[in-house]
Amino acid sequence: MNHTPLSRSARLFLLLVAVLVLGGVAVGATLHAAGRAARKEHTRAGGPSVASGAVRLDDPHRSLFRTMAWGPHRDEITAVPADRPDGPRTASGVRCLRFHAAAGTGICLQAVHGTLRDTYRAVVLDRRLRPLRHYDLAGTPTRARVSPSGRTVAWTVFVSGDSYAGTAFSTRTSVVGTDGRRLDANLETYALTVDGHRVHAADINVWGVTFADDTRFYATAATGGKTYLVRGDRATRTLTALHPNVECPSLSPDGTRLAYKKRVEGADPDAPWRLYVLDLRTLHESPTGEHRTIDDQAVWRDDHTLVYALPGDFGADLWTVPADGSGAPHRLVTAALAPVFPR
Amino acid sequence: MPPTPRTSAASGPADVYLADRSGPSAAAPTGERRAGTDHRPGRRAASALPSTVLVLGTVSLITDISSEMVTAVLPLYLVAELGLSPLGFGVLDGVYNGVGALVRLVGGRLSDRGGGTGHKAVAAVGYGLSALCKPLLLLVHSLPLIGAVLAVDRTGKGLRTAPRDAMISLAAEPAVRGRAFGVHRAMDTAGALCGPLVAFVLLRAAAEGYDAVFTVSFCVAVLGVVVLLLFVPRRVAATSQAAAEQAPDVPRTPVRALLKRPEVRRLTACAVLLGLTTLSDSFLYLTLQRGLDLPTGWFPLLPLGTAAAFLLLAVPLGAVADRIGRRRLFLAGHLALLCAYGLLLVPPAGGAALAGAVLVLHGAFYAATDGVLAAATADAVPEDARGSGLAVVQTGQTAARFVCSLAFGAAWTAWGAGTAVLTAALGLALAAAVSAFLLRRAVPAQTPNSPSEPA
Repeated sequence: MNHTPLSRSARLFLLLVAVLVLGGVAVGATLHAAGRAARKEHTRAGGPSVASGAVRLDDPHRSLFRTMAWGPHRDEITAVPADRPDGPRTASGVRCLRFHAAAGTGICLQAVHGTLRDTYRAVVLDRRLRPLRHYDLAGTPTRARVSPSGRTVAWTVFVSGDSYAGTAFSTRTSVVGTDGRRLDANLETYALTVDGHRVHAADINVWGVTFADDTRFYATAATGGKTYLVRGDRATRTLTALHPNVECPSLSPDGTRLAYKKRVEGADPDAPWRLYVLDLRTLHESPTGEHRTIDDQAVWRDDHTLVYALPGDFGADLWTVPADGSGAPHRLVTAALAPVFPR
Repeated sequence: MPPTPRTSAASGPADVYLADRSGPSAAAPTGERRAGTDHRPGRRAASALPSTVLVLGTVSLITDISSEMVTAVLPLYLVAELGLSPLGFGVLDGVYNGVGALVRLVGGRLSDRGGGTGHKAVAAVGYGLSALCKPLLLLVHSLPLIGAVLAVDRTGKGLRTAPRDAMISLAAEPAVRGRAFGVHRAMDTAGALCGPLVAFVLLRAAAEGYDAVFTVSFCVAVLGVVVLLLFVPRRVAATSQAAAEQAPDVPRTPVRALLKRPEVRRLTACAVLLGLTTLSDSFLYLTLQRGLDLPTGWFPLLPLGTAAAFLLLAVPLGAVADRIGRRRLFLAGHLALLCAYGLLLVPPAGGAALAGAVLVLHGAFYAATDGVLAAATADAVPEDARGSGLAVVQTGQTAARFVCSLAFGAAWTAWGAGTAVLTAALGLALAAAVSAFLLRRAVPAQTPNSPSEPA
């Protein structure tokens, strides 16, 4: 350890070398990523054909989703023929990270590119995807839903509030009327009851709203390391736990069943969830034929069929499986996310 | 291990390789320093902070750019790129905190070995460990593994903190120590504020270029280690010549010996007591957001408010600490926090202005306590156990704050948010009163800085 320290000029020289080498690596990595990003702006041969055009939210002959196919329309809400989801895509020009629609109303969670940082906002869309009003978001978008009447919307974002402890995440879920009235910015302020007891904990998180009507909804609430299916009521501002271990519920069009992701015992911690269906009258839960882990709020294509996203070559693909536990899943469409089936 | 010829030849204060400015500071007459708390010598020395402090500040600045780049993009990366739900990620925080406390103590203890050469070595290992975690993030794609990498990253942070603060305290004259720590904390916070901006620029240049962010973060972190290795002296010289002679007298168990020193005991007791009533940042922001019903888009900006106030106030308050006494300012900082609690308890009127006031008070609290506690600890701990002493006090504080988080969460569950904050405020007032009593005799900084400053 008795070596003579380097001279000052030698140390400055070594610093210069380090700056050049590290700077070179940094610039190289950035250029590589920039080149890859640029390639995604170009349409890939063999990919689905996407062209600009008029898109409506209330056309029952069309299905809608966020296209993830490479090209200039990537991330836009696109329409495809309802009977041919892998057919040509008509791109609306509206980019959304998360999207849902019902009765001619859309909710779009999108990024806003600012000068110093990106922010997110929720935009309420009319039937021609024109913005009606928008709300700033506190974090990264994850879930969005519109009520069956199209008069109420809800969304969930992930919030990481503390930059010094980057591992503590929480969710924030908001509900608002599409006329801009009755904003509940944070459903955690509702009174939560579990097993008949009022819960006040600071660790309450609520996410994944699915609407029964404009007053009543279902969602997931978590506290003390457990998740619950809760029934929410906007009139009384209450959340009542109905059933344990339910995340991201999705109510069937006839209002009798919920599709949801269930954390299953003994599963690989990397792949903890399976797609289940809960009968609301009997509270009987049944697995679907999808045996892979899913991390999505499923959508009911009709009263018998579920559609959900799984990771794919372009980010995500849409898959479908019968809701009654029969059959096997099959891929509905590639490079797509956030499906909507207007009725 | 014998001291190197270089260090023994230049055993004056601030033996700094880069030190064009160490001359005047080294020449600061010992008598004047001992004469003490008259602010004039303090001010004069303040104009020439030893370059080791600035180099360590630079290392922290660079390292914080690197780590905050990753912190800023991590939620988006997990949700948008990997499609993971980061909920429940905080579950391991308790484990991290326990391991972190242990690692910090070990880091402080190890760094005191080697007659002063240990500080740099342990700090380098800590910085290096965190740097190595960045490329690992490119390789792991599941929550448990990402959590493990972040835990190793924190381990590196835990290892390096005490030896780094020990080097700052050894490099800086006692008369300017508060300011030296203030400058270091300000540079550290500046890096933390820059990191997210760098990440943002990268993601703008390369959409979804998270791999680029992690790679650049790695390069930046390595640069920090390089600066540390090249420009921080292997043995940061003690601030007085007495240190070398004192070394053999210290028992082989400095931690136990340290806790026998009444000053260290009092300071640790106060740090723990006050830590027990210090709400975590997340709880403070949560309470603020709930209580004032702030616009949702503000939530991500709240930590920036605290950091900006911390950045602006760290240096001036450090200098104030040198004048009026570090312990006194440490207590005053907690009164700022108490005022912030008071504002949280005010009925939600005043919205934005009130939120701003709470954040300024919160930043002032950090500026008046974080580096100042380290400086006050340095006053009470002999040089050859500086790393251990800093680690003991800081670990006590961190552990106490963790206990406070658990208790506050439980109080919130049982009584609701308002009562929980009120309880924390009453507890803080009580803790501050007890601390003022405990520290009263030791208030101004003239207390002997033994053994480095034999009276």
